[in-house]
Amino acid sequence: MSALTFTLKQNLQQSINCSALTPDNLAEKTAAEISSIKLIAGKHQLLVADIFDISGTDTQHIAFKNSSHKLDYIGANMTAGSIAIEGDAGAYLGFGMKSGEIHCKGSTTAFAACSMRGGLLKIDGNTGDFLGAGSEGSRKGMLGGTVIVKGNAGDRAGDQMRRGLILIEGNVGDYCGSRMVAGTIGVLGNTGVYTAFNMHRGTLLLKNQPKLHVSMHDCGTHTLPFLNLLFKSFAKYNTEFSKLSNQRVQRFVGDTAYNGNGEILVLTD
Amino acid sequence: MLINDIQIDDTFAEAFNMRGTRVIITAQNHKWAYHAANAMTGFATSVIGCGVEAGIEREMTADETPDGRPGVAVLMFAMGSKVLMQQLETRMGQCILTCPTAAAFAGIESEDMISLGKHLRYFGDGFQTSKLIAGKRYWRIPVMDGEFLTEETTGMVRAIGGGNFLILATSQPAALAAAETAIEAMKKVPNVIMPFPGGVVRSGSKVGSKYKTMFASSNDAFCPTLKGVTKSELSTDIESVMEIVIDGLTFDDIAISMKVGIEAICQLGKNSGVKRISAGNYGGKLGPHLFKLHDILKGSGL
Repeated sequence: MSALTFTLKQNLQQSINCSALTPDNLAEKTAAEISSIKLIAGKHQLLVADIFDISGTDTQHIAFKNSSHKLDYIGANMTAGSIAIEGDAGAYLGFGMKSGEIHCKGSTTAFAACSMRGGLLKIDGNTGDFLGAGSEGSRKGMLGGTVIVKGNAGDRAGDQMRRGLILIEGNVGDYCGSRMVAGTIGVLGNTGVYTAFNMHRGTLLLKNQPKLHVSMHDCGTHTLPFLNLLFKSFAKYNTEFSKLSNQRVQRFVGDTAYNGNGEILVLTD
Repeated sequence: MLINDIQIDDTFAEAFNMRGTRVIITAQNHKWAYHAANAMTGFATSVIGCGVEAGIEREMTADETPDGRPGVAVLMFAMGSKVLMQQLETRMGQCILTCPTAAAFAGIESEDMISLGKHLRYFGDGFQTSKLIAGKRYWRIPVMDGEFLTEETTGMVRAIGGGNFLILATSQPAALAAAETAIEAMKKVPNVIMPFPGGVVRSGSKVGSKYKTMFASSNDAFCPTLKGVTKSELSTDIESVMEIVIDGLTFDDIAISMKVGIEAICQLGKNSGVKRISAGNYGGKLGPHLFKLHDILKGSGL
């Protein structure tokens, strides 16, 4: 069986909510049933067949081709299977995802991995603001799973993150790890200002020295044995993080303005 | 049964159900891993007085341990889950937390997971940090040498304790030398420990005593100095008896260990001074597991 493939027919003017097109929702559906699923585009509803050419039959392995940043909520709440995106994806990629795998070969806009709970989300390009954050009004960010970004991420990456792992090979914007409660964020590129702002707990693993605000406190340079476990856990992913081995880090703790006990670990050469 | 002119008694060892766990202790080097593990398994020879029976199962190379440092695997057994949990926590707190550079990890998976560092984390006084790595929760507790790293839980499994055999020899040095030979061979068997000092116990016990307060007392039938005054199991030429007690994760683990130990002794031959191999039991009425020496040794190839 070949992957169930949705090829975008035209350039979209308006964003479309693609949350219905997950392995969970499409399991055991016929081609006709899938074609007639209604997707929300603003105030309108459009049929899947109006937007996409559909081919393939394997509903557990879905592909989006000719994809664009107008396709929101791809893989929302999925619990199994895989989604491959040839091109860009819109906002809320992997929203509330619980298991399975999403691989976006292009870039995404904001709120990727929003409220994600499990599974693996890979983004080969860049991603927008609020990566792994909670949705608007939510007090909980990402709750589990792994996100790997090969490019850059925008502001507020890991905002209110509670659990899980975000690995960003490129740069991040401002407020990385803001209000973070737990979990791990790794950044190999540069960070913007106010990194770990109001951080409560959790770990930021950085390759480059960040510009920190005064309520993040330098606790000196140390060799931390737990990093070996962490690095070993990176080994199964195809990422630059798999090459890390040096357990010697400079440790900053804070945000003390928030009575926080979070940490920034800056890898030393 | 005779093997190399050493008599194997047609008897059996009687063993009991226990609860067991394995903990992997790592440190900067093997020296400090052993310091930690020796402390943790100290005063853990018999459940009668120590709560648990514990020992070092084997040495582990840096490649084998979770954190990539040299380590040792420790097995710990108790008569019930409650005692095992209490003893594990106490020994973790006093022996592993305190030992420079030591870290502790789960050494066995099970549906029943018991606390390893789960409560010990409060030693961190709020500065402790939890990390969930590859589905397992670890605790990093700040201590004066850096950070104490421990996994949150380890597995608890059903196990068996009290497998044993007796070495009957013409002299005390001969009995001990044979016991040492057996222990060296048995140390290579996985999933078992010999919890007594050096793996050998000289004070085998029987159930009950003439004194009301004593639950167990000296096994006078095997005490060589009482040959003339008690219903002795010893012939005139036996001058010393040593016992090896084995706790293991399964029946087969203990049976293999007993086989390996007895065979190692038998290879020494009768000139070693060893005359007989026997086993300790209570008539088969107390323990559900019977290790029949002849059955275990069948097919030994000797």
